[in-house]
Amino acid sequence: MSAVIEEHHHDDHHHGPAKGIMRWVLTTNHKDIGTLYLWFSFAMFLLGGTFALVIRAELFQPGLQIVHPEFFNQMTTMHGLVMVFGAVMPAFVGLANWLIPMQIGAPDMALPRMNNYSFWILPFAFGMLALTLFSEAGAPNFGWTFYAPLSTEYAPPSVTYFIFAVHLMGISSIMGSINVIVTILNMRTPGMTLMQMPLFVWTWLITAYLLIAVMPVLAGVVTMMLMDIHFGTAFFSAGGGGDPVLFQHVFWFFGHPEVYIMILPAFGVVSAIIPTFARKKLFGYASMVYASASIAFLSFIVWAHHMFTVGMPLSGELYFMYATMLIAVPTGVKVFNWVATMWQGAMTFETPMLFAIAFVILFTIGGFSGLMLAIAPADFQYHDTYFVVAHFHYVLVPGSVFSIMAAVYYWIPKWTGNMYDETLGKTHFWLSFVGINITFFPQHFIGLAGMPRRIPDYALQFADYNMISSIGAFIFGFSQLLFLFIVIKTIRGGKPATAQVWDGAHGLEWTVPSPAPYHTFTTPEGVNLKEAHG
Amino acid sequence: MDKAKRSRWLVALSLLLSSSALYADWTVNMRKGVTEISEKVYDLHMIIFGVCVVIGILVFGAMIVSMLMHRKSLGVEPATFHENHKLEFIWTIIPIVILLVMAVPATQTLNAMYDAGNAEIDIEVRGYQWKWQYTYLNDDPTQEVKFMSSLLTPQDEIYNKAAKREHYLLDVDNELVIPVDTRVRFLVTAEDVIHSWWVPDFAIKRDAIPGFVHEAWTVAKKTGIYRGQCAELCGKDHGFMPVVVRVVEKDEYNTWLAEKQAEAAAVYEIVGKEWTQDELMAEGEAVYNRVCAACHQANGQGLPPAFPSLVGSPLITGPIEGHLDIVLNGKAGTAMQAFGAQLNAAEIAAVVTYERNAWGNNRGDSIQPREVNEMMAGQ
Repeated sequence: MSAVIEEHHHDDHHHGPAKGIMRWVLTTNHKDIGTLYLWFSFAMFLLGGTFALVIRAELFQPGLQIVHPEFFNQMTTMHGLVMVFGAVMPAFVGLANWLIPMQIGAPDMALPRMNNYSFWILPFAFGMLALTLFSEAGAPNFGWTFYAPLSTEYAPPSVTYFIFAVHLMGISSIMGSINVIVTILNMRTPGMTLMQMPLFVWTWLITAYLLIAVMPVLAGVVTMMLMDIHFGTAFFSAGGGGDPVLFQHVFWFFGHPEVYIMILPAFGVVSAIIPTFARKKLFGYASMVYASASIAFLSFIVWAHHMFTVGMPLSGELYFMYATMLIAVPTGVKVFNWVATMWQGAMTFETPMLFAIAFVILFTIGGFSGLMLAIAPADFQYHDTYFVVAHFHYVLVPGSVFSIMAAVYYWIPKWTGNMYDETLGKTHFWLSFVGINITFFPQHFIGLAGMPRRIPDYALQFADYNMISSIGAFIFGFSQLLFLFIVIKTIRGGKPATAQVWDGAHGLEWTVPSPAPYHTFTTPEGVNLKEAHG
Repeated sequence: MDKAKRSRWLVALSLLLSSSALYADWTVNMRKGVTEISEKVYDLHMIIFGVCVVIGILVFGAMIVSMLMHRKSLGVEPATFHENHKLEFIWTIIPIVILLVMAVPATQTLNAMYDAGNAEIDIEVRGYQWKWQYTYLNDDPTQEVKFMSSLLTPQDEIYNKAAKREHYLLDVDNELVIPVDTRVRFLVTAEDVIHSWWVPDFAIKRDAIPGFVHEAWTVAKKTGIYRGQCAELCGKDHGFMPVVVRVVEKDEYNTWLAEKQAEAAAVYEIVGKEWTQDELMAEGEAVYNRVCAACHQANGQGLPPAFPSLVGSPLITGPIEGHLDIVLNGKAGTAMQAFGAQLNAAEIAAVVTYERNAWGNNRGDSIQPREVNEMMAGQ
């Protein structure tokens, strides 16, 4: 590595990292920006997690003990917003920054300066959002789905800051996705066809298109809110000729693809990790690509399954029910492919593999409850209860979040040049795995028994499961400090990693030394394309 | 930890556990409910759940077998297959077939749920922040029964100053009463933000949307009290607006309704008649002293600046409509509440008239309960 940097020192256009804080402020290097994104998202993960623990602490027992209903609503809202837009999405962008150029043999992202901008917008967006907590009437309190008119006529003044923060996040995401698309379509190493790309690259390409399609819709809906609040329009107010349900249609037209934005890159990560540790090629590579594309397409035509109880006409209910049920088909294909990849492999169970297998199992459980929710008549009972809370946390936490953790353990030797501590890694996995199931599994029961979501206090028959759920949440939450410790320990030292790192790993990122030099693939020659994907 | 301290902890812990064990209800499943629809929904739920369990056993079973047998530590060599078109075709087709089979009963149930015609009783359900209003619609306005239904659980129970009773958070002052074996239609709407009216035992969950009316219906097969809650986040007290429906025998319902209609007719008569200035002043003084005097004082001088004086104030010297508006809707950012939902039209007309003519205000104008009603209806 030092040789590489040495050589570049003589060249004004290719230099190593600058010194001090300005390295991070001014950097246009995809690896630095990837690191920034990952640390930012981890900070947001802890912040959003703290909000979640406030919620779970209040729900530990019936009655109001710790917070007032007004603040409780601010916590549920901020927890959702921070986790979705601050933790999960930036983490995947961080992984994309680190990995996409290395996996396609490109020297950097196509638009490095824009890459810097799209990151540095985020701390301002979330700083502004978080500061509303200290405003007189408090932070946004209308849920992360911010249904009008609760979020317009009846909202606290901080809603305007929220709208501006959402605009900034949207700009950041759109710039990030443009970068991903341009990089993937133009900067693949010569000879690499689309169908030779690793699945992580594929799923991110599809995700980036989803982002470009729907972030403007989100921007549109918050702008309509802004107009309603400050400029006398009535998009969402029946009193002025508008319709509160219009808000939900526009929001979920963004919101449903958004759900897949948070899970498609996870599919890519898991599709890289399982073949490595099964020492066997990914089963059905082509069908994985087609399934991802089908899921992305379907995500645009199912939005109103979030709104089965708003009083749509029967034909609308039927259409959205059928379309939603269809999603089970490509999703099923993916799960079957992962199982077939494991089948007759020669598996070992290092930490990334443990997280990946847990992903497949627990994501599938989340998929099952999703299939149940798709059945519209039954959804009349499930809707807005803890059953839904259990469902989407199963796909988001042991789904997206586990895949991000798997990715960190899998690629951190490449990033830092050091192996992580396997014993600590496995401890972290088991604590997380147990904690998450204690937290969210009982929520299926209290949801079916009739507990609505987003309530600060509950009837006595829900007491036992809520207590269990809160205990699980604290186990899971505090285990993440161990994760922080493991990552810092790995950065500071550890067993040196080889270039290959994992004996079953395939892909161009494993052909460069560990840690990856500051600049990789600076010339397009000499790349061995054989088995660029696992 | 010394012994005394430990035993204190044990006592605390056992108290904690027993307090919840007292009401322990380890229900893990959806209620079957008391209507044909709720039973159909329950069956659908169990079928789709069963399908998921079977697929889960197959998929997770294969994974577990694989994890036990196909591990490097057993010295196995990895296989080299990475596609199998026949297999991939099969596991695409089978889910499609399962879904098609599922779609049939789901469609039938949904069809039935949407068939809201032929109701014998129509009830308007209106969501407010944070209570429900029920109106038994009747072509004869003198017979229209209308009341608010709000949480009965006292603050002391919520803030842990008193023991929580059995129906904690699920008790209301006025239950919705409907007869058994009768087709009842609910017309669901809201006054302010979106609420959602949910009775799990009827499998009814309908969003209450301001400015729009959506229907739902039920035929309860068993008498009893059925409890639910608002299901859509509607602000601060979203968790504190339960729905309680009492299903009674038809005779009992008719008796109950007749009683309520008599009360409604009495109020209607009071509100509908033409009041004289003296009657308004007398009633107004009584209402003022009961409701307003605590802040604005018996002599109308108030306690400025928090509670302004009503003597010769711009409110009194201005038009009567503005005065009425403040009394009905309150004044944002001040302690002045909206009394429109708390007092009936006669009380409001009386108190407004009183305030404009007492303490030397002598405006000489007055307003009739009928006009108050018209203003409220126009809002």
